[in-house]
Amino acid sequence: MAFLEMKHINKRFKSVVANDDVSLSVEKGEVHALLGENGAGKSTLMNILYGMYEQSEGEIYLEGKRVHIKDTKQAIELGIGMVHQHFMLVPALTVIENVILGLKENKLVLDLNTAAERFKEMAEKYNMEIDPWARVENLSVGQQQRLEILKALFRNAELLILDEPTAVLTPQEVVGLFQMVRKLTSEGKTVIFISHKLAEIMEICDRCTILRQGKVVDTLAMKDVKNKEELASLMVGKNVELITAKKEAEAGEEILRVEKLCALNEEKHPVLTDVTFSLHAGEILGICGVDGNGQSELVKCITGLHKINGGMYFIKSIDCTHDSPKDILKHKVAHIPEDRHRMGMIKNMSVEENLILMCYDHEPFSQKGLLRWKCIDDHCEILCKTYNVKTPSIKEMAGNLSGGNQQKFVVGRELDREPDLLIAVHPSRGLDIGATKYIQSRIVEERDKGTAVLLVSTELDELLELSDRILVMYGGRVMGIVDQKEATREYLGKLMAGIVE
Amino acid sequence: MIDGITSFLASDIRTATPILIAALGLVFSERAGIVNIGTEGLMLIGALMGVIGSLYSGSVLVGAITAILVTMFFSLVFAFFTITVRADQTVVGTAINIFASGLTITLNRVVFGVSTSVPTIDVFDRVAIPVLSKIPVIGEAFFNQSIPVYLAFLAVPAGWFVLQKTNIGLKLRAVGEHPKACDTVGINVLKIRYQAVLFSGLMAGMAGAFVSMGQLSFFTEGMVAGRGFMALAAVVFGNYTPVGAMLAALVFGAGEALQYRLQAANTGIPYQFLVMLPYLITVIAICMMTRRSNKPAASAVPYSKE
Repeated sequence: MAFLEMKHINKRFKSVVANDDVSLSVEKGEVHALLGENGAGKSTLMNILYGMYEQSEGEIYLEGKRVHIKDTKQAIELGIGMVHQHFMLVPALTVIENVILGLKENKLVLDLNTAAERFKEMAEKYNMEIDPWARVENLSVGQQQRLEILKALFRNAELLILDEPTAVLTPQEVVGLFQMVRKLTSEGKTVIFISHKLAEIMEICDRCTILRQGKVVDTLAMKDVKNKEELASLMVGKNVELITAKKEAEAGEEILRVEKLCALNEEKHPVLTDVTFSLHAGEILGICGVDGNGQSELVKCITGLHKINGGMYFIKSIDCTHDSPKDILKHKVAHIPEDRHRMGMIKNMSVEENLILMCYDHEPFSQKGLLRWKCIDDHCEILCKTYNVKTPSIKEMAGNLSGGNQQKFVVGRELDREPDLLIAVHPSRGLDIGATKYIQSRIVEERDKGTAVLLVSTELDELLELSDRILVMYGGRVMGIVDQKEATREYLGKLMAGIVE
Repeated sequence: MIDGITSFLASDIRTATPILIAALGLVFSERAGIVNIGTEGLMLIGALMGVIGSLYSGSVLVGAITAILVTMFFSLVFAFFTITVRADQTVVGTAINIFASGLTITLNRVVFGVSTSVPTIDVFDRVAIPVLSKIPVIGEAFFNQSIPVYLAFLAVPAGWFVLQKTNIGLKLRAVGEHPKACDTVGINVLKIRYQAVLFSGLMAGMAGAFVSMGQLSFFTEGMVAGRGFMALAAVVFGNYTPVGAMLAALVFGAGEALQYRLQAANTGIPYQFLVMLPYLITVIAICMMTRRSNKPAASAVPYSKE
C-alpha cells in the first residue's frame, strides 16, 4: 500500500484547468520527483496536498486512510511539511521564533528556551549548525533553507515537499541538501521533490511523476531512465535538443570596459568592489554567482540605474560612468532586465504600448507630440510575428500573456533596436524548455551578428552552454574570469562560494 | 522653582496620557500591519460618547465603557473595509476622520443644544497614592493622578510583555511582517488583524474619554485637536515599541505642557505661535527618525491568499 495516494485530482481556477485528473502514488521512504515545465500544475498539486488550495474534485489517502485537508493547519497535523520555493520565514524574527510560530502546543507565555534546546538537538542530529537566537534576515540562503526543513521536522513532518529547492543554492550547497535528503529517507521519511532540473532528478530521486499541461504523462522508476533527453521529451511532449548549437566566437573591438567599479547599497555597505573586466564585440561574457553577490548591482550600474561610488566604465570608449539611463540607451545598449514584471514591462498596459516604451518619442511613432497609432500597430504586428509572441492581439494587456510570451516580447523589443551591447539578466528564468531554447538561440544569433553580450545567470548549465568566457562574482568582487573551454562545474562552484586557490 | 518643576511634570504626564493610550493601541495594530489613520476620529467619537455616557448614568466608568464600545464598533467597520474588503487603509481612515468630525458636531448639538452653559458630569478624579505621593518633587507629579493615567503607564510594560513574550504577541508581529508565511503554518491572518484593530479601537476610545473627562470635564467640537495623529507619530518615533511610544508621548506632551506655561507666563509671544509648539515638536521629531526602524514589512498591505 502506498504511503500517499492522490486520486483523480481536478483543480480549476475560474476557467483555467490547473490539474486534470491527476493521480499520484508515493511510497514510504522514497524520494519522489514531480517533474514538469512551468505551469504544468506541480505547485498547484502540492498546494492542494498542503491545504493551501482545495481541490475541485478528487480524493487524498494517507497510509490508506482517506483524508480531507481543508487548511495548512490540518496538513501539518497529518505530518505533511512543505518548503516553499520562496521561503516562508519571517526575516525580522529570530530562528527559534520562526520555528515555533503557530504551533498549537504553544502556551500563552512562550517558553523559548526549552524550544531552543529541542531545536538544537535536532539540528545537531542532521549535522547542521544554526544559532536559534540569530535573526533570520542575517542567515544565508542555504541556512534559511535548512531552517525551513528543520521547521517542518520540528512539527514532526513525515512527508516533506521540497518545491524547487536547488534554485537558490550553490553546487556545494546542493550536495549538502542531497546528503540531508538521503538522511531523511534513511529514517523512513518521505520526500516529494519538485524540479525541472533533469540532472538533479536523475541523481537524487527513486521515482518520478511527469506532469504536462495539468495531466500526468507517466510515472517512472529512475533506474529505468536511460538519459536526460528521455525525461525532457516526456516533459515537453516532443523531442528536444538540449544543447544550443554555437560556433567559435570571433571577438572584435572592445565594446564595454569596466574599471575598478565600486558601489554601495542603501545601508552604505559595499556591494561592488573594484570590478574590472572588458567585453568585446561578438562574444558572450557570462556572469556567474549565487543570487545576491553583486550581479544585479553591476548591471544596474552599467545601465545607469544605480549610483556609482568609484571607478568608471566605458561604452565604445566613451565614459558613461555618470550618464542617465536614457543617455546610455543612445549608445545602442539593450537590457533584458532580471525581473520582467518590475523592470521589463508594464503589466496594465497593452502589448503594443509596452513594445514602444523606448521609442515612443521619436519618428516615425510620434510626430509633434502625438502618437501615430497606425504606424505603431504595423510595427508591433511585425515584431510579434518575428519573435513568435503568441497573443490574441497586440491590444491585449501585457499581464495576461504567459511568462514565456512576455519574455519574448521584451527580448523582441530590445533586439529590434539592433544593439551593440546586449545585457541579458536571467533571460530564461521561469520559462519552460521551449521558450528557454528559443531565447538562448536568439542571444547566440545576436552574438554572431557582432553584438557584445553580457549574460547574467544563476543557472550554471546555461552559462556553460552559451558563454565564451565566464566571470564569477562573490561578495561584490570578481573572483576570476574563466575561458568557457576550461570551465568546470566544480571549479566555478568553488569560486562562487568565495574559495580561491 | 521646585513647585514649577512639579507642576510641569504633572502637567506633562496628564497631556501625554491620551497620546500614550492611543499610541499603545496603535503599536499593536501597526505591528500587525494595519495603519489606523482613523484614530483621530475614533478619539473624537470616544470623547463625546464618554461625556454622553457619564451625563446619563452619572458614572464616569459607564461613560468610559460607552466610549470604548462605540469606538470598537467603528474600528470593526474600519477592519471590515481594510482587512476583509482590502480597501486602502489611508482612504478608509480618512473617511472615518471626516465622518467622526461631522457625527460628533451633530450629536453634540442634539444632546447638549447650542447653549453655552456646560452640564456637570462625573469625571476621572485624582487618586493620591499613600506614601508615594509624599515624595518630594516627583511624588505629587507621578502619584497624584487619575486612575487612567496609572493604568496607561502600567500598560507600557504589560504591552511590551505581551508583544515580546507571549504566543499572541509573536503571531501579531509575524502577521505584520510576512502574512503569507503565517498562513503556511496555519495562523489565521485575518483573525489576528481583526483583533489588533479592535484593540487599537478600544484604546482610542479610552484615550478620547480621557481627553473629555480626564483633562477637562466637557466636550467641545474638534477637541482632540490632532492628538490621534500625534499618537500615530509617537508610534513611529517610538520605533513601534510600547516603551518608545511612551517616551515619544512624554516628549509631545511636554510640548503641550510648555505651551500652557508660556501662555500663562506672559512672554509677549502671540499665543497662536505657542499653540503650534506641540505640533512643531512632533514634526521635527518625525523628521529626525531616519535610522533603521522596526516598521513591519507588510505595513498597510492587505492580505489575500491568492
